[in-house]
Amino acid sequence: MKELLIIAIGSAIVNNVVLSQFLGICPFLGVSKKTETAAGMGGAVIFVITLASFVTGLIYKFILTPCDVQYLQTIVFILVIASLVQFVEMFLRKNMPPLYESLGVYLPLITTNCAVLGVALTNVTKGYGLLEGVVNGLATSVGFFLAIVIMAGIREKIEYNDVPKRFQGTAIVLITASLMSIAFMGFSGMI
Amino acid sequence: MNKNIERLYNGIIKENPTFVLMLGMCPTLAVTSSAVNGVGMGLSTTVVLVMSNLLISAFRKVIPNGVRMPAYIVIVASLVTIVQFVMQAYTPALSEALGVYIPLIVVNCIILGRAESYASKNPVVPSIFDGLGMGLGFTIGLTLIGFIRQILGASLGITVFVMAPGAFLVLAFLVAGMNVVRDKMEKKGKPLAAPAGCLTGDCASCTQSALCTGKSQSAAKKAEE
Repeated sequence: MKELLIIAIGSAIVNNVVLSQFLGICPFLGVSKKTETAAGMGGAVIFVITLASFVTGLIYKFILTPCDVQYLQTIVFILVIASLVQFVEMFLRKNMPPLYESLGVYLPLITTNCAVLGVALTNVTKGYGLLEGVVNGLATSVGFFLAIVIMAGIREKIEYNDVPKRFQGTAIVLITASLMSIAFMGFSGMI
Repeated sequence: MNKNIERLYNGIIKENPTFVLMLGMCPTLAVTSSAVNGVGMGLSTTVVLVMSNLLISAFRKVIPNGVRMPAYIVIVASLVTIVQFVMQAYTPALSEALGVYIPLIVVNCIILGRAESYASKNPVVPSIFDGLGMGLGFTIGLTLIGFIRQILGASLGITVFVMAPGAFLVLAFLVAGMNVVRDKMEKKGKPLAAPAGCLTGDCASCTQSALCTGKSQSAAKKAEE
């Protein structure tokens, strides 16, 4: 239990997926203009990464390891994630229209998210079991949710500020990310 | 100009993936804490890019249009796996330093971008040179950024530059600087190619989302011109 907690805090806050590992920069910069959409994207990422950690963990443990073909992990994981996202999209559209309404538009963007593949590979590299892997996936994506929602909140304020012309747009967002990253470094003493 | 030389020039200068198109920002931020890491990442991406352009161009008439994205991904992922093992065997220190970012070359926008916009429509030899040019352009970009961060962080002792916040900061100034260059070139009547990657804030323009939607996206079209 204690180990799971350490994994969770470590992945969500201390080694934040965006601010210290630079995974998932694309949606972090692209979908962080409004807090609502950022929260929607964050929610979709939590859903997909947790599910993908579980599925890739299963495949690694029960297919790749018994057949002794662990070296195929990159190829298998990327294909599984891509089809998983597409399957989730179809499933939600058919069976849970309200959830699809709120998450559906973000789902196609998520395969572009290197965080999903990154978490699946990290789970294997660190030798996590199925449960640890799912906890790590959940915590990592909660860290993503935190970062993107905070960023969206700050960007809503920046809208009213007088930013130098050359820094308007992406550059000021990157400077904000740099300051957030400094703030998150403060957590590094926690574990 | 010779078409192959033109491809090299296009990748290294005219459409430099780091400075002009601003593609592949995940590895750019992550591995540029030193110049050596930048070179290592750049060269391993170059190898994958040249090989994937070669194979995809060679098989372009065989791969059915409907499943081309999954097919490209299988090709790229296999090449990345090979590169990963070669690096583990011959450059273990570098392989350790780059860690998970080596297998993540699979999701680098540049590779699928070139596959979709160039290699799938052109003969083998120009495709190889296109991959080589783009790869070297990427290597030069990563090395320069790594060099700057290493000088500021390790040599001058402003440690924050070799840590995560420094990566964002250096990239922010790079984007702002490129905005200045862009304006100047525009006034001269020689506009630069538009940035196509994540930094435009348009995730959907990344070629990889074509994987899900099945549509060919704006980035591919832009990069082609």
